[in-house]
Amino acid sequence: MERFYTRPEGHTAAPATLLPLVVHDLCYEIGGKRLLDGISFRTDVGPRTVVLGPNGAGKSLLLRLCHGLLQPSAGTLTWAAAAPDTARRGQAMVFQRPVLLRRSTAANITYVLRLQGIPRRQRRAMLTEALEQAGLLPLAARPARVLSAGEQQRLALARAWALKPQVLFLDEPTASLDPAATRAVEALLDHIHHSGTKIIMTTHDLGQARRLSDEVLFLHHGRLVESAPATVFFSNPQSKEAAMFLEGKLLW
Amino acid sequence: MDDFRAAFFTALGLLLGLDRDLVAIVRLSLMVSLSAVGLATVLGLPLGAAVAVWRFPGQALVRILLNALMGLPPVVVGLMVYILLSRSGPLGTLGLLFTPTAMVIAQCLLVTPIIAAFTRQTVADLHEEYAEQLCSLGVGPWCTLWTLLWDGRFSLLTGILAGFGRASAEVGAVIMVGGNIHRVTRVVTTTIALETSKGNLPMALALGMILMLLVLAVNAAAMVIQDTANRVYG
Repeated sequence: MERFYTRPEGHTAAPATLLPLVVHDLCYEIGGKRLLDGISFRTDVGPRTVVLGPNGAGKSLLLRLCHGLLQPSAGTLTWAAAAPDTARRGQAMVFQRPVLLRRSTAANITYVLRLQGIPRRQRRAMLTEALEQAGLLPLAARPARVLSAGEQQRLALARAWALKPQVLFLDEPTASLDPAATRAVEALLDHIHHSGTKIIMTTHDLGQARRLSDEVLFLHHGRLVESAPATVFFSNPQSKEAAMFLEGKLLW
Repeated sequence: MDDFRAAFFTALGLLLGLDRDLVAIVRLSLMVSLSAVGLATVLGLPLGAAVAVWRFPGQALVRILLNALMGLPPVVVGLMVYILLSRSGPLGTLGLLFTPTAMVIAQCLLVTPIIAAFTRQTVADLHEEYAEQLCSLGVGPWCTLWTLLWDGRFSLLTGILAGFGRASAEVGAVIMVGGNIHRVTRVVTTTIALETSKGNLPMALALGMILMLLVLAVNAAAMVIQDTANRVYG
């Protein structure tokens, strides 16, 4: 069973905690162009971290680097649990456009459970729980790719969360959703947050950032311009760029 | 013209009367082609998927080779298999030349590149979409192959049917390695060629109609599968 990770309140042996994540002087270059430059921050268990910034600031890139989908050109990224294997298993990521397997809704979730070697009898219960949380139980047998955009994103979330990761990355999870679907996704995120999973997400939507963030990393042109608790950031931004962004004057 | 009309009606008579020779020929044809396609599927799916997904030296070369081999002339395949299996050839001791097994081998060589090239394209497209997600989930290389093959199953079926169409319609390879021996290695296409040159049009026509029906059915099946998959799985 050590192949799969359980949260602190889980009943299996205590796992290594991933957090805090310490990022130091992180750079990412491609074709001689520096897209992320000297990013340093530290984030710990608890607060929801929102990476905020205009389009092209490097938000998605930063998320992918943290999740290990890309390798940094320079700098370090350190999880508290040293083994990279453990680190990957305690994380999950949801993409802006959900990538769903061409299978049923239920099979999409069963796929990750099986991947982690969870025994068949436990799978059933975990599947039902995941579908229920996401409000997808009535749609379990439907092919995933004919669900509505909102349902698809909820399924992607349910799938990511089915294994109860310590850290959940979300890249603009509601960017292509209508307000009602956005609300449903945000409610699900709230639930995930309260169950103890650390949320690190990007958004360019100020309203969403206000609703969901506990701490803000503000990116602009590939640099981390400001990092502050949400209350401070929104009431009293320290940088000129952040102030302009909050006023809707910083477009890119 | 009356000759042709008479031949046509005799052909219909053979078909409707389930002529014993005709049935035996069609059965052997199906057995040879289905075995060849089955074997080619087992070889071609993993090969195509591996070329699509894995990074290894010489990958581009394999890819070019696969695409080029799709157009392999049946007579060349026939010649190659003939040389391999002939008494003095490297596999001559097996005594396979002029047996249905030899025909299966030849058709399998013809069809494997088709299925592999088709699989490569399908799986590569799918992989482009899935790569980040699978990487995020920590899916290993073998499991990635299997996932992509399974999720591409409907498209792949179309490729397999295309392979079957090719196998059941070709004549060059099977006539060379099978020898067109009565009641042993005589299949639909080789019989059509032989009976036509003998002037026995009714048999040739009857078999020609069956072949046409088969090809139509295969294409219709491919279309239905693709449409259903698009509608149901998006």
